[in-house]
Amino acid sequence: MIALNGITKRFGAHTVFENIDLTLEQGEIIVVIGPSGTGKSTLLRCINYLETPDAGRLTVGNLSLDAKHATRREILALRRRTAFVFQNYALFSNKTALDNICEGMIVVDGLSKAEAHARGREILERIGLADKANAYPASLSGGQQQRVGIGRAMAAKAEVILFDEPTSALDPEWVDEVLALMKHLALERQTMIVVSHEMQFAREVADRVVFMDEGRIIEQGPPDELFTNPQDERTQRFLRKVLANNPI
Amino acid sequence: MHVLDLDYMLGLLPILLGYLPLTLEMAGAGMVAALVLACLLAVVRVQRMPGLNALAMLFISFFRGTPLLVQLFLFYYGLPQILTFLVAINGITATILGLTLHFSAYMAESIRAAIVGVDRSQTEAALSIGMTQGQLMRRIVLPQATRVATPTLMNYFIDMIKATSLAFTLGVTELMGATQKEAAGSFLYFEAFLLAAIIYWVVVEILSWLQRRLEKRLNRAYQR
Repeated sequence: MIALNGITKRFGAHTVFENIDLTLEQGEIIVVIGPSGTGKSTLLRCINYLETPDAGRLTVGNLSLDAKHATRREILALRRRTAFVFQNYALFSNKTALDNICEGMIVVDGLSKAEAHARGREILERIGLADKANAYPASLSGGQQQRVGIGRAMAAKAEVILFDEPTSALDPEWVDEVLALMKHLALERQTMIVVSHEMQFAREVADRVVFMDEGRIIEQGPPDELFTNPQDERTQRFLRKVLANNPI
Repeated sequence: MHVLDLDYMLGLLPILLGYLPLTLEMAGAGMVAALVLACLLAVVRVQRMPGLNALAMLFISFFRGTPLLVQLFLFYYGLPQILTFLVAINGITATILGLTLHFSAYMAESIRAAIVGVDRSQTEAALSIGMTQGQLMRRIVLPQATRVATPTLMNYFIDMIKATSLAFTLGVTELMGATQKEAAGSFLYFEAFLLAAIIYWVVVEILSWLQRRLEKRLNRAYQR
């Protein structure tokens, strides 16, 4: 189980969000939607401690910590239980696709190189890049790089994978292959929180869609309900706007 | 008019080459020590370690702000008057010390810039999978910073090799000192110093060739 209780984040005097509560069951897939600049990404980054929350409690599996006063050890433990997929892939440019995937297994989990490589090659197989094991990020397409980014997150065997707008930096031609891989993970019931503007994906894959606006969770529910019968006026307005451009 | 005495130069060549190892040893030792010190200074600066950062800035400011020759005289002739246990310091050690401190100040700034230049999102990616700051530095940041800093650092190494010639002012008979002595004996100053110049030049050319090969290797991961 993953739980956020009263998570608050401020940048100086500006409060990004306050008192956010969100709970996920294992195997649940949540897609967070909402206008730009409403704190969706920042919230996701707090769960991986890439941003330090100003208040609240984070619980991932059997680890529960006071988000503001987490110790170094707790932060490392939290990060080992959560994996992150970045908008701009953020692959290690000095390492091959295989080594990008294996890095955490070797350095963080302490696997031997041989074990890590065996698992790494399995993951490359699953993300459809078995033939790119020795390719460096610079020689891969955007879609391939993001699939390696997802592979790196898969290798972490985290309780939850956090996707921060994983397709929004991609050329349109590469979006489908990345979404296909994410759907595949969803079918395997990998717990995930996805911040995305891909409404079609949210509708097909999410167990629950969360709508955020101005630092607050306005409304959440199963995609069928939220997309067809949104309750809050802000949700209705947002959906009208995005669905007018990209009907689903 | 004086004609170039090639026979003299040919005879002088093995004599001067005999002093080349000392020149290269001083530069080599200085370079290794300067690299270590520069990396420490750079990390202190990048992490803005309280207290240490100000000291590092002062150190860099002083050693970049004063001539190497002044620093060498200060260490060799000046310091032993204050710190008497340094009386035993010989010219070679003083030169290596001077080269180390002087060049580490310059190198620290290049290394710092190279570290800061590593894509910030890769740092986050490393942290996101649970790597510690140390692991992040060793495995992700420094390897990439090395590639960026290598051309500049090689330039400093080349500079350092030439700067070893200042050791002759501390009474060390290295390549430059030996040339000076030979020339004073033969009065063939032009031949002697021309030959010394050629030896330095060839050494630097060999290093430049190595530098190009090294850079090619380091760039392998970045070919599209």
